[in-house]
Amino acid sequence: MNNIAGRPLNGVVVEDDDEDEANGDGLEAWERAYTEDRSWESLQEDESGLLRPIDTTAIHHAQYRRRLRALAATAATARIQKGLIRYMYIVVDLSKAASERDFRPSRMAVIAKQVEAFIREFFDQNPLSHVGLVTTKDGVAQSLTDLGGSPESHIKALMGKLECSGDASLQNALDLVHDNLNQIPSYGHREVLILYSALSTCDPGDLMETIQKCKKSKIRCSVIGLAAEMFICKHLCQETGGTYSVALDESHFKELILEHAPPPPAIAEYATANLIKMGFPQRAAEGSVAICTCHEEAKTGGGYTCPRCKVRVCELPTECRICGLTLISSPHLARSYHHLFPIVPFVEISPSSQNDPSHNFPNICFGCQESLLSHGNKPELSVSCPKCKQQFCLDCDIYIHESLHNCPGCESFRHSKSVTIA
Amino acid sequence: MTSAPSKLYADDVSLLVVTLDTNPFFWTTFPFHFSEFLSQVLAFLNSILLLGQLNQLVVIATGCNSCGYIYDSTSNRNHASTNGTMPALYSNLLHNLEEFLARDQKLTMPHAPVTVPSSLLSGSLSMALCYIQRAFRSGPMHPQPRILCLQGSTDGPEQYVAIMNAIFSAQRSSVPVDSCYIGSNNSAFLQQASYITGGIYYRPPQMDGLFQYLSTVFATDLHSRAFLRLPKSLGVDFRASCFCHKQTIDMGYVCSVCLSIFCEHHDKCSTSLYLARLNQMLPQQTTGKERLHNVSGLITLILSCPSRELICYVS
Ligand SMILES: [Zn+2]
Ligand SMILES: [Zn+2]
Ligand SMILES: [Zn+2]
Ligand SMILES: [Zn+2]
Repeated sequence: MNNIAGRPLNGVVVEDDDEDEANGDGLEAWERAYTEDRSWESLQEDESGLLRPIDTTAIHHAQYRRRLRALAATAATARIQKGLIRYMYIVVDLSKAASERDFRPSRMAVIAKQVEAFIREFFDQNPLSHVGLVTTKDGVAQSLTDLGGSPESHIKALMGKLECSGDASLQNALDLVHDNLNQIPSYGHREVLILYSALSTCDPGDLMETIQKCKKSKIRCSVIGLAAEMFICKHLCQETGGTYSVALDESHFKELILEHAPPPPAIAEYATANLIKMGFPQRAAEGSVAICTCHEEAKTGGGYTCPRCKVRVCELPTECRICGLTLISSPHLARSYHHLFPIVPFVEISPSSQNDPSHNFPNICFGCQESLLSHGNKPELSVSCPKCKQQFCLDCDIYIHESLHNCPGCESFRHSKSVTIA
Repeated sequence: MTSAPSKLYADDVSLLVVTLDTNPFFWTTFPFHFSEFLSQVLAFLNSILLLGQLNQLVVIATGCNSCGYIYDSTSNRNHASTNGTMPALYSNLLHNLEEFLARDQKLTMPHAPVTVPSSLLSGSLSMALCYIQRAFRSGPMHPQPRILCLQGSTDGPEQYVAIMNAIFSAQRSSVPVDSCYIGSNNSAFLQQASYITGGIYYRPPQMDGLFQYLSTVFATDLHSRAFLRLPKSLGVDFRASCFCHKQTIDMGYVCSVCLSIFCEHHDKCSTSLYLARLNQMLPQQTTGKERLHNVSGLITLILSCPSRELICYVS
């Protein structure tokens, strides 16, 4: 264990070394450039006109700022009013305009890729919610998948239908979505996310009437454009309380679509607190055999049993095919609890105040034990938790707020509160 | 559930992060002595390092008032001090553990608790995950990380949300959480943690042979696990406890806004109402620090509402 220094396995050594030297490991620099996906896009020109790779810390900082904005927004609205059970239709425009190649390789391919990432992220953040897919082309709208809770089936359906032709029809798509969303229970939060490539819409009637109809049914419509801003889309979003944005490039598009994954701040009248009857099935022991209702075949191994009618299902969350009971497991509920109890943003410690002996920072990240001193033993930019006063590196800061949702410092010290109240 | 981004693992190099339960309240009531336990665990940890010279080992102590790193095989300090009689691992780890235990004891509340307090598993899990993220950042070739929880204390219901958050984060970055639970009843937290992240949950039936259990079940790297018959899960209890009577229920009512669980139908969800009242009651200045931040404290605060019995606890 003494001789690992210098090998790429050792994180500390890699970061301190020149990157070209340390990451090499048998590959030349130009070879590595091609192994990484689309590396030519991450180049920028410096003052003297030379091409240089973009400094990744800039990207990290951008993410960090975006997160802080989002957190500030959630703190401003009442915490508890989150529409946690969402019914969302994603309308994908597959008109001729989607075959444009201003996005690489084409708008359609970029949309498909990002919709896939979005659907996974959406179910990660909204485990009780449902998504449906609608496509519009040749002047009509077509329902691709019904509202459902399984990410795989949506992704499979979309990937099988990637052909574009004709014109998009906003009205037909909205009418179809409106009819479907009108049937869902009142506690659900109705949303439409339209990914619009076209600059026109081919409608059979008055689109304004349809917009008013959606507004009356409290359907929140959001549009992400891929071409240019359109008045009618802006009007639709304004009327129904959604957001309208136009993507500049692929990474911007990704950012815009992922903004729709966390639950929107529900306006009080939109989401009413309702108690919904749900079942919590137990997982059967490995090795038991039963016929499941979802695939209609005998299966060995862990499955879940509907507590009301005792049939076997393979996956949670789902709706029992026999009795219609919503089946979930308690971890599915717990997945959403971090929205109810977000952690506060950490405050930045400027390098100057770190030198101040009165603060006495250890200059080691509390989370990952990484040294916060740069080459010249000068403190780097770091953050600290306002509650437990522990110091963290920027990478941990982003990880803690975007994935972990726990402050390791606060969790590592028993707080008096839990003792005094219990 | 979600597919993690493809990672180029060095396929037989492991990064093992161990959380070690040092809760004195548990060990004083447990028939097996802590020092005997430790000697078997140390032998196991040493064997991990001997299995491959690139293997990395990190040990985090899970105390009852605090958590702390007590060993890191990559840190330079640990290579220097070999005194000839003991491997460096033993002397370093024992030295840091002693310091940690002394610090942890100083933090103990003056009034002795009535029940055996749980150890801060949520803290050590969170730290372990932060450490593993650092390994992911270290470049395209990084060791395969996994977490092993050596736990004996009972689950602390007030940590439920924090532990679940950690489990989901581990699942998202495909880090398996193995658990070796030595307490008398099964730990529902660790059972779920191992099930959700694809790790192994095992309760050794005999403490004397702990080293044998550890080395046969938990020493195998992730690549080799595919070829072995490791202990299978004996079913996981995913039933929920209602917030109102703490009964285990298989059917119930869930509030569509806050997801509280109740065993019978109410007109309004009391947790939502309580939260709304809490929002109005507390002055705006305390928003950041007192109210929003302390996840587990807040849950206790919220759930100790009207009936004072509402602990969100999954059995
Ligand atoms: Zn049923
Ligand atoms: Zn860190
Ligand atoms: Zn903190
Ligand atoms: Zn009850």
